[in-house]
Amino acid sequence: MSPTDPLLEISGLSKVFRRGGLFSRERIKAVDDLSLVLPNKPSVCAVVGESGSGKTTLARMILRLEKPSSGRIMIGRSNVFGGDTNRLPDLDFRRLVQPIFQNPFESYSIHLPVDFYLYRTAINLGQATELEDARSVVDEALQSVGLELERVQGKYVHQFSGGELQRIAIARALIPKPRLIVADEPVSMVDASLRMTIVNLFDEIRKTLGISFVYITHDLSTAYYVADQIVIMSQGQIVERGEPGQLIEAPNHQYTRILMDAMPQIGVRWPELDTL
Amino acid sequence: MIHLNNVRAGYSTADGFVAAVDGVSLQVEDNEILGVAGESGCGKSTLLKVLYGHFGGSLSLASGSVHAEFYDAESGETVTHEGHQLHKLWWRKLSYIPQGSMSVMNPVARIEAQLIEALPPAILQRGGNSVLEEIKSFLSELNLPVSVLKAYPHQLSGGMRQRVMIAMACFFYPSLVLADEPTTALDVVVQKNILLLLKTIQRRQKNALVIVSHDLGVHYQVTDRIAIAYAGKIVEIGPTREVFANPLHPYTRALIESLPRLGERSLRRGIEGRPPDLASPPTGCRFAQRCSKSEDICRQISPELIDRTQKHAVACHFS
Repeated sequence: MSPTDPLLEISGLSKVFRRGGLFSRERIKAVDDLSLVLPNKPSVCAVVGESGSGKTTLARMILRLEKPSSGRIMIGRSNVFGGDTNRLPDLDFRRLVQPIFQNPFESYSIHLPVDFYLYRTAINLGQATELEDARSVVDEALQSVGLELERVQGKYVHQFSGGELQRIAIARALIPKPRLIVADEPVSMVDASLRMTIVNLFDEIRKTLGISFVYITHDLSTAYYVADQIVIMSQGQIVERGEPGQLIEAPNHQYTRILMDAMPQIGVRWPELDTL
Repeated sequence: MIHLNNVRAGYSTADGFVAAVDGVSLQVEDNEILGVAGESGCGKSTLLKVLYGHFGGSLSLASGSVHAEFYDAESGETVTHEGHQLHKLWWRKLSYIPQGSMSVMNPVARIEAQLIEALPPAILQRGGNSVLEEIKSFLSELNLPVSVLKAYPHQLSGGMRQRVMIAMACFFYPSLVLADEPTTALDVVVQKNILLLLKTIQRRQKNALVIVSHDLGVHYQVTDRIAIAYAGKIVEIGPTREVFANPLHPYTRALIESLPRLGERSLRRGIEGRPPDLASPPTGCRFAQRCSKSEDICRQISPELIDRTQKHAVACHFS
C-alpha cells in the first residue's frame, strides 16, 4: 500500500436482499450506491443511523462477510471482493481488517475459556506457530487494552463483565496488528458505566498503534466524542458526512437534525415535554 | 400508593439465597414518574417484580414488607393490600410493561385476539364487540392506528409493538404502571416517541409510573424522581433535576460524568471494576471497591440511606 493510497475506498456499493417467501420477488436495497473513503492515516470514522439504515450490512461487506450486489471495496490497492483483479487472499485480508461484534456475551462459546480464542487467532493468523509462542503475542494484545493474561487465562465467559469481554474482543482483534478494525455497535450491550472505557480505548489504539476504526453506532454522542469523521446513514444511503464539530453545529440534512433532537441528553430537555 | 419497607428479596440458587434487592425502603407516590437506574445485575428488574407482587417461582420475599393503598371505586374507600395479594389487582390497578415486546407477544395470534384474551372475565361479560369498540377508541385517543388490531406481531415494527404493549397495560387506567426498560433495543427516534407516549398517558390518567432504565438520559427527560440502584441497594434517591444538578453519591457522580454529550469532547471516563457478587456481598459499602474516595469505614460499615436535603437521600459516609 502506497502512502498516498486511501486505507479504505468504497465506491458505488450496493447490496440487495430478497424478502418474503420462497417465490417472492420482493427485493430490499440495504445499501444503495454508497461511496466512502478512509484516509491512509489512523482515524475513526463513525457510521451513525437507525436500525435498518444499512450500517451493519455495510460493516459486513467491509469485513468480507457479505458479498456486495454491485460496487467495489478497496483496501489500499487490493480488492476486498475479487471482481476483476487484485483480490486479497483471505489470510492477508484477516491480517489487515479485523471485526469487533455487538454482543460480547455471544462472541464466545460458554464451553471454552475465552483465552482459547486469543491463542487460536494468534496461530491461525500466523503470529505464532505453537501455543507457547502465542503466549507473548496474546499477553501484548491484552496489555494494550489494560488487561493481563493472568486475569484472563482459563476463565469462561460468565466470569467476566460485558466491558471486560469487549476489551478481550478488542485484544483479539489487535493480535495480527491490523490496519483497520470494523466495530459494529461495540458498546450498545455494555453498561453505561463501562461504555467510555471501551470508546476511550479506540482513541488510544488509534494514537498508539496507528489503527483506524470504522465505528458503527446509533449513538451520536459517542460518535461525536471519538470520531474524526461522522457519516449519517438512512435507508441504505449516506445522507450527510463531515467532521464532527461541523456536522453537529450545523447539520444540513433533516434526518441528522431528527437524530440529534431525539437524543435523550442530560441538560437539554425535549421541548415537546413542556406541552404535556 | 405503594410502600416497600426494608425489603430483602431474591432468588434461591444452588449456592443459596441471593438477595437482588437488599434492605430497600421505597415509596411510590400518586401522580409521579419514578425512575430506577443502575447497571446490569443491580436489582432494578427484581425491584420492579417486588412492586408488582410477582412472587413465586424462584423469587421470594425473605424479609420486610410490601403494601399498597388503592382507591376502590365500589366502596369509595382506600383499601390496603399486602404484597402477596397484589396479583389480584394486576391489569386493573397494577400494570406491567415488560422488556422485549416481540418475545412477550404470541407470534401466531392477531393483536386483537391477544388483547381480548388478556382481559378479565368480568370485562368480557360486557360482550366482545363492546369491549373491542372501547379498545379502538382508546387506541385512537393515543393516536395509534386501529389497523394494528388485525396485525400479527411480526407485521409491526418494534416501536409499534411497544406502543401496543403500552396501550394494553394502560387500558384500564391502572393506578400504577411499571415499565421495565421500555425503550431498550429501540432506535433513538422511536425511543423518543415511546417515552412521549408514556408521559402523555401518565399525565392524562394521573397515575404513578415507575420506569426502569439503564439510560440516564431517559430518566432526565421523563422522570420526576430518580432512584439510583447499585448491587441490590438504593444508594441515592431524589427529585430528578436535583440529583442531576447535585449528585451526592460517588457512584451517581461517576455515572453522570461518564456520559458523553453532543458538543463536548472533554475526556469522559468509565467506572473501572465491576459490582460485587450478590451471592457474597462485602460487609460495608458495596461501591467501596470502585470508589476513589473510599476509606476504612466504607469497607466496614454499610451506610444508611439518609435524607440530606428535602426528599434527596443518599447512602454514603462522606456525602
